[in-house]
Amino acid sequence: MELKNSILDKSKPTFFEKHQNALYKSLEDKHTTVEVEQDPLGTRMILNMGPQHPATHGVLRLLLELEGEKILRNRLDIGYLHRGIEKIAENKTYQEFMPYTDRMDYLSPYSNNVALCTAVEKIAQIEVPDRAQYIRMIGAELARISSHLLFLGAMVMDTGAISFFIWTFKERERIYDIFDNFGGHRFTISHCRIGGVHNDLTPECISMIKEFTESFPKEHSDWLKLLNKNRIFYDRNANVGNITYDQALQLGVTGPNIRAVGVPYDIRKFDPYLKYDEVEFDIPTRLEGDNLSRYFIRMEEMLESIRIIRQCLDKMTPGPIRTDNAKQTYPSKDEVYYSMEGLIHDFMMTDTGICPPAGVECYHAVEAPKGELGFYIQSDGTGHPWRMKIKSPSFTNLQGLEKMLDGEMIADTVVMIGGIDPVMGESDK
Amino acid sequence: MSRTEKLQSVIEDLKNQFEGDIIEIKQHAGDQQIRVSLNKIHDVCEYLFQKHHFAYLVDVFGADRFTSEDRFEVIYHIVSLKTGVRIFLKTWCSEENPVVPTVTDIWEGANWNEREVWDMFGIRFEGHPDLRRIFMPEDFTYHPLRKEFPLLGIPGSIDLPTTTPDSE
Repeated sequence: MELKNSILDKSKPTFFEKHQNALYKSLEDKHTTVEVEQDPLGTRMILNMGPQHPATHGVLRLLLELEGEKILRNRLDIGYLHRGIEKIAENKTYQEFMPYTDRMDYLSPYSNNVALCTAVEKIAQIEVPDRAQYIRMIGAELARISSHLLFLGAMVMDTGAISFFIWTFKERERIYDIFDNFGGHRFTISHCRIGGVHNDLTPECISMIKEFTESFPKEHSDWLKLLNKNRIFYDRNANVGNITYDQALQLGVTGPNIRAVGVPYDIRKFDPYLKYDEVEFDIPTRLEGDNLSRYFIRMEEMLESIRIIRQCLDKMTPGPIRTDNAKQTYPSKDEVYYSMEGLIHDFMMTDTGICPPAGVECYHAVEAPKGELGFYIQSDGTGHPWRMKIKSPSFTNLQGLEKMLDGEMIADTVVMIGGIDPVMGESDK
Repeated sequence: MSRTEKLQSVIEDLKNQFEGDIIEIKQHAGDQQIRVSLNKIHDVCEYLFQKHHFAYLVDVFGADRFTSEDRFEVIYHIVSLKTGVRIFLKTWCSEENPVVPTVTDIWEGANWNEREVWDMFGIRFEGHPDLRRIFMPEDFTYHPLRKEFPLLGIPGSIDLPTTTPDSE
């Protein structure tokens, strides 16, 4: 059998032909030094993994060039979930856009809501009452636990333990129930409002959260017992998906992935927002930069989140949950139903929305479970943003994945995707 | 020294070093945006990287200043992990020749971000190692975040699979 020298000779795409050919071409150009002259056993092949693949956490497509079981070089193809939400944002008021943020990182909707709200509040200079800030922190930390739980379940499932996924989902289910009580939705909650939150926590909800913070550490320690000394889990993750300190900085990976190489870059401490400077918590970091270190960091972060939630519950004092300024935020429903001004203001907020000053721009980021999630807003003085750029952590982390995959084994690909923990809804925007 | 003072000292230093090429400095809610002339943007980036520890590139993105003179804008968002200072550098390029020098040689992570700017705005990056579209397929010829691109899309601009399984 004659070996064809170029991938392009072999490939005959039937769909999006230019696109496929450009990808293959780029894979070929990647390292010009790697040349396989002879391939008598036919071990060299191109493997298209995804976009429809149960282990790629969504619609991620990987183009792997294999030699036997080893990945010589790879390309990632993203954009299968591209909805153009930055374009949509330019045609919506700030508040109208919020449900779209729920669907970005759909594993932790609350963090995204907080990110949008804080960014708009920064550009329009809106003050938020203390109680609302604590409620937001509780929501964001619960979302972090929920996201890390899915990471944990999926990652352990990727290494072979199926039942574990169900145990983490048992806990996630409890968080869903809390969110159900929190803002009326289990999943895409949209509970934040610009200038505050939609409603106060009910006593029932607070007791549910308290109960969760008490019982969760017990479950957590059980999982640690199961996993930390588990030979199979350890061997599958240690020294897999290595990334060095320099590489991580160069590529700009974010979240637990950069903390796994020893950079304590966490927006909650680096650039404190909400009330994070008033609560005590630590930022777990590791030095190894492999998959196992990312696992340890996320496990520790869950306990830190519990610590933050407990402090928030203690520090919360009764008070307003939204700014009392109808030019900046939605009036409460009591006002809307029983006063003419309230009704007019409600209409104006829905119709025109919040208008930041013309010609200004600013950026605000929060620490989402996946890393730095920021909104850069340019305003032209109307209720719609002129440009809203979403800096999504999964996007930058996936770029790191492309680097990590080179030279690894094909069987570890799935584990590495799990370790990076990308969400395609966010990276594809 | 507080973070704002550090930011000010960086800006002062930039003003001294690149006199005349720092065109405009805008400030809102604590964020400083520094506009740099197009032919010096790479030098400024390199200078900040080497002299002021701006080792971490958060983002590169574009914006469309529709109907303005220099239509496109590229914004570089960099952070110094040592001092905690955030800086936004921006540069403008014309509609007829939207070419900006790449910064992938300074921060490798600019690769995907620049591809995104190319995909969404059609701004080319000179010297970029692999300038392909990132979200849209190569077969697509428009740049959707430009203001003239309609929100509903352009019918027929993208080849979609037939929905009925039997048809060819």
